[in-house]
Amino acid sequence: MVEKKKSGYWLTHLGLILGVLFIFFPVWLTFVASTVTQDAIIYPPLPMLPGTEFFENYANALFRGSPEGYGAKVPVIKMMMNSAIMAIGITVGKIIISLLSAFAFVYFRFPFRNLCFWLIFITLMLPVEVRIVPTYEVVANLNLLNSYTGLIFPLIASATATFLFRQFFMTIPDEMVEAARMDGCSPMRFFFDILVPISKTNIAALFVILFIFGWNQYLWPLLMTTDPDMRTIVMAIDSMIPTGDDYAHWPTVMATAMLAMVPPVIVVISMQKFFVKGLLESDK
Amino acid sequence: MEKRVFFKGWWLPALLVAPQLLISFVFFFYPSGQAIWNSLFLPDPFGLKTEFVGLDNFRFLLSDPYYLASFKTTIIFSTAVSVSSMALGLYLAALADRLIKGAGVYQTLLIWPYAIAPAIAGVLWLFMFNGNIGLASYYLKALGYEWNHTLKGDQAMFLVILASSWGRISYNFLFFLAGLQAIPKSIIEAAAIDGASFWKRFGTIVIPLLSPITFFLLVVNIVYAFFDTFGVIHTITSGGPEQSTTILVYKVFSDGFVSQDLGSSAAQSVILLVLVGILTVIQFKYIERKVHY
Repeated sequence: MVEKKKSGYWLTHLGLILGVLFIFFPVWLTFVASTVTQDAIIYPPLPMLPGTEFFENYANALFRGSPEGYGAKVPVIKMMMNSAIMAIGITVGKIIISLLSAFAFVYFRFPFRNLCFWLIFITLMLPVEVRIVPTYEVVANLNLLNSYTGLIFPLIASATATFLFRQFFMTIPDEMVEAARMDGCSPMRFFFDILVPISKTNIAALFVILFIFGWNQYLWPLLMTTDPDMRTIVMAIDSMIPTGDDYAHWPTVMATAMLAMVPPVIVVISMQKFFVKGLLESDK
Repeated sequence: MEKRVFFKGWWLPALLVAPQLLISFVFFFYPSGQAIWNSLFLPDPFGLKTEFVGLDNFRFLLSDPYYLASFKTTIIFSTAVSVSSMALGLYLAALADRLIKGAGVYQTLLIWPYAIAPAIAGVLWLFMFNGNIGLASYYLKALGYEWNHTLKGDQAMFLVILASSWGRISYNFLFFLAGLQAIPKSIIEAAAIDGASFWKRFGTIVIPLLSPITFFLLVVNIVYAFFDTFGVIHTITSGGPEQSTTILVYKVFSDGFVSQDLGSSAAQSVILLVLVGILTVIQFKYIERKVHY
């Protein structure tokens, strides 16, 4: 801090508070809308303070879905389960295969090592959206439509985590391996007893990033799941808002939107330190 | 950089890389190859047989006014999203960096929207601007401004840009704040002692020192606007009205799955593939340069 003018200090806070309000406002409106009756919403303007229907609306959404005559009727709790399975499947799957292959690349010399490395490395930045039609055909041919396997595996095929672990393993002093080898430690023992434990913070950081990535998937589950029981919460919310002249049951839709935001936001806030680390490092 | 010490044997490492290689082949290389292959064929309307047409799909696309319009839409959209979310992110980061105490609190308050899915952000803003019940459109109407993004293309575009940038501010804020905090305070103080004002310091010291991070963010945000905003577009406008918000990735989806025009959709995928490839190369060039600093 160079200058210390009082007015500047308050202006700084004012500017930041305005930014925070801009970020919070749409979410606050959503929360308000999830606690009022349908009538309070369809006759605007919407009140600015929460109503009394909190428990009613959330219980409805969670266990019954939209009421009669308003689109899909799958209980939201089922969708949240699907989202959780998909997000955790992607997270755990990607971390495991990445740890294993990064370990092989850094600590072994084997034929075609460079070729393998480049093959995996190429997948780094190409999102699934680009090759969506053929990927869909592959999954359909493997009979994996409407399955958790089909939801999870195509999204594991990317090298971000591999790259991050490789970078981290490179910084581990060679003396560690030397000492381990001198003590007659097998490679897998070294992996499980030394490498995995010292990678803890990196694993936690990747966990946050990948969980959010998995939970927030939209296009892939949209194509993959025709069975309403397999829908994830993020993709299913679109089907709750009918196009054209039909009405949506807004309190239920808004309660569902809140429920779709809560798990990833909790993960980010409760693991903020790892999240910041993961974000700043994994994208560089 | 290579390790000097390593383990012996080749079957164990082969086993270790096998899962990732297998998944990459089945779900990455094969589909990507398939996209390139399909882009050279034209299926007949009944899907009974396909005819090899060479580069005709591409030739057709590049002379198709709808495709060129979608290209233009994508450029406007991704520029607007990147620039506005980066500007706001930098503005908030510069403010937070001025604080000695409390920067951490603001960081917590500002970064959580990163966790919100683009599709959910779309629903939030759609609710605010809904023609019948939205709060924003209600007050706009009271001010005498007719809001109807389901009919007016420019309003639809504004809304999808707003919803896409909103969730992206936190990401840019975090990177800019990290960048600002990495600038040694002694440089700033030296300039202040020499009499440089805040804006002078910001323009001549801070901005140049932030340029590598700004460039990195630009590439990442463009990639975000190209692909991850699919959810925003799909929930708010479904590409309409009259294709005014149909960005390239949305067109791949609507031509491939809705209209079942597989040859054209595959050719579009290949073009996207090339675009992302170029962006990736640019980014790696940048990373290399940073290492040499």
